[in-house]
Amino acid sequence: MNSATLDQFFVLLQHHVAALFPTVLQPWVSMILGVVGIVAVFPAIFALTTVLERKGLGRMQNRLGPNRVGPFGILQPIADAIKSLTKEDIVPRNADDVVHFLAPVVLVVAIFLGYAVLPVGRNMVLLNIDAGILLFFAVGASTELSIFMAGWSSRNKYSLLGAMRAVAQMISYEVPLLLAAVVAVMMTGSLAPTAIVQAQGGFTGIFPHWYVFTPWGFAGFTLFVVAALAETNRSPFDLPEGESELVAGYFTEYSGFKFALFFLGEYLGMMSIAGYGITLFLGGWGAPFSFLTFIPSWAWFFAKLFLAIFFFIWLRGTLPRLRQDQLMNFAWKFMLPLSLLNLCVAAAWRFLGEWLGGGTVAELIRWLVCAAVLVLAYVLLARTLLRQQNISPRSYRYAD
Amino acid sequence: MLGEGILKGLAETAKNFAGSFVSEDRLTTVEYPEQRLLPIENTRDFPFLVYDGEDPEAGLRCVSCQICEKECPPKCIYIVKSTDKKPDYVGKPQFYPARFDIDISVCMSCQICVEVCPFEAIKMDTEFELSTDDRFGGLILDKHKLAKSNEHFQRIHPTEAAEVDARLAEEKEKVEAKAKAAAEAAAAKSAAEAAARKADAGSAGSNAEGVKP
Repeated sequence: MNSATLDQFFVLLQHHVAALFPTVLQPWVSMILGVVGIVAVFPAIFALTTVLERKGLGRMQNRLGPNRVGPFGILQPIADAIKSLTKEDIVPRNADDVVHFLAPVVLVVAIFLGYAVLPVGRNMVLLNIDAGILLFFAVGASTELSIFMAGWSSRNKYSLLGAMRAVAQMISYEVPLLLAAVVAVMMTGSLAPTAIVQAQGGFTGIFPHWYVFTPWGFAGFTLFVVAALAETNRSPFDLPEGESELVAGYFTEYSGFKFALFFLGEYLGMMSIAGYGITLFLGGWGAPFSFLTFIPSWAWFFAKLFLAIFFFIWLRGTLPRLRQDQLMNFAWKFMLPLSLLNLCVAAAWRFLGEWLGGGTVAELIRWLVCAAVLVLAYVLLARTLLRQQNISPRSYRYAD
Repeated sequence: MLGEGILKGLAETAKNFAGSFVSEDRLTTVEYPEQRLLPIENTRDFPFLVYDGEDPEAGLRCVSCQICEKECPPKCIYIVKSTDKKPDYVGKPQFYPARFDIDISVCMSCQICVEVCPFEAIKMDTEFELSTDDRFGGLILDKHKLAKSNEHFQRIHPTEAAEVDARLAEEKEKVEAKAKAAAEAAAAKSAAEAAARKADAGSAGSNAEGVKP
């Protein structure tokens, strides 16, 4: 099997299986196969992620992490699954039971929809539409609805508080997330994820043309990662489910399998947003060096996905939770101006390239100018914000 | 600079992450069922009954005075007093508990029973692996489950046990000394009486209407 076959292994497999069916059914069969692939692979990665996260966090805190079920605790997700499936499903007496039931389902469905347009390898995208990025952000934004459904239908103050926090946070961070993603769309001139990946496909010497290696791309990527953390309610932006203050936030009143669905939705959301970050800035399925292109494209995508997941876990093991006002200040006073500036820088990059013409010197000037603008803006903004911040011993009005 | 602290923190956790694979001393975790830490000496959870010697029935120190039952704040002790008596550690006949139950699902580990017991019969245990699938019957410990040897007590709370043993030994000595003294006195008395009787018998002929007791 040569590397081209290996690269297209799953695509060919899908074609072969579909060819076994009558012609009328073939499009349907191949679509169902694709859906089954997504529905099988990503929850499997989720299961693996839960145990790796617990082990990784443990190591960061100088503990061992789970090591009881199976060798090195690798079968822990199975035990967790059995536990959550056999647990009693409790619905509070005052809860709106229809909405209470629908909320986790809507969440998981909306998040799975995002995978429909995510290219996980060359020719490996379920639905290759031109407005893929738009679809992803549209369905991504609808997760807020299910979170609010969960919080509201539970009739519990902690759930409601968690849901309010979640919605406030997610709407605030949606703006910088989108603006950070838009630069990649601007430079490619297409909203199709596959086109964005293909635009990053070339190599200079051995180095790829990933957007993250440009000043606007690096800034956009960083902003995207921060906004993605907030969007998926990951630590340090895990206020909506802050265990120490809100029990579990909007899914306090969920138990058993519905709780597991929320958990699944959260991790799938994290993985899909990481997948889009990879697609937009890290060259999607592309190899990081030109001499590594023999490795199949899907392997690169999943390797990058695991790296991204590890980074998320690493951040979770490192950073303490923000306060609500810090969270909002950060979104509106820091992320938003920088992402708007980044749009201008991306535009400048584009037109500077045209004005200056080709050549190494022109390229270098363009690079330095754009980088300088962004670094300057970052430094000035950070300094201004830190100076405005009034750090003093906290005074309590009632609790003294 | 903004973000500097985040990088520092990331470096710290990365160091921990990598270090935990390299150096075993970093891992402070004790893998419980296989590895155990010895409980510290003042550990206490639920009471047990101390017995001396080999036989838990005969050696039980409890005399069924029911003070602990009355003092127990959550009322988790249930005692039935015996009708007959058995000798205690000094040999004095005492009542013993026909039944002695402690419901450890109710017990709050306050140690008041231990404080009030005048006979050093009830002490706090360190046994914590008490989980059971029967939450009613399985958590009521009866006399047989509660009775543990003095050696066990000496092992789990050495300082306290040494103190108790010294006190009991002293008491026993005192009682024995007293008994010995009493026995000696009795022997002396009986000897004296015997001698007197002998003397009486000797002088009976001469003094038939002697002193009558």
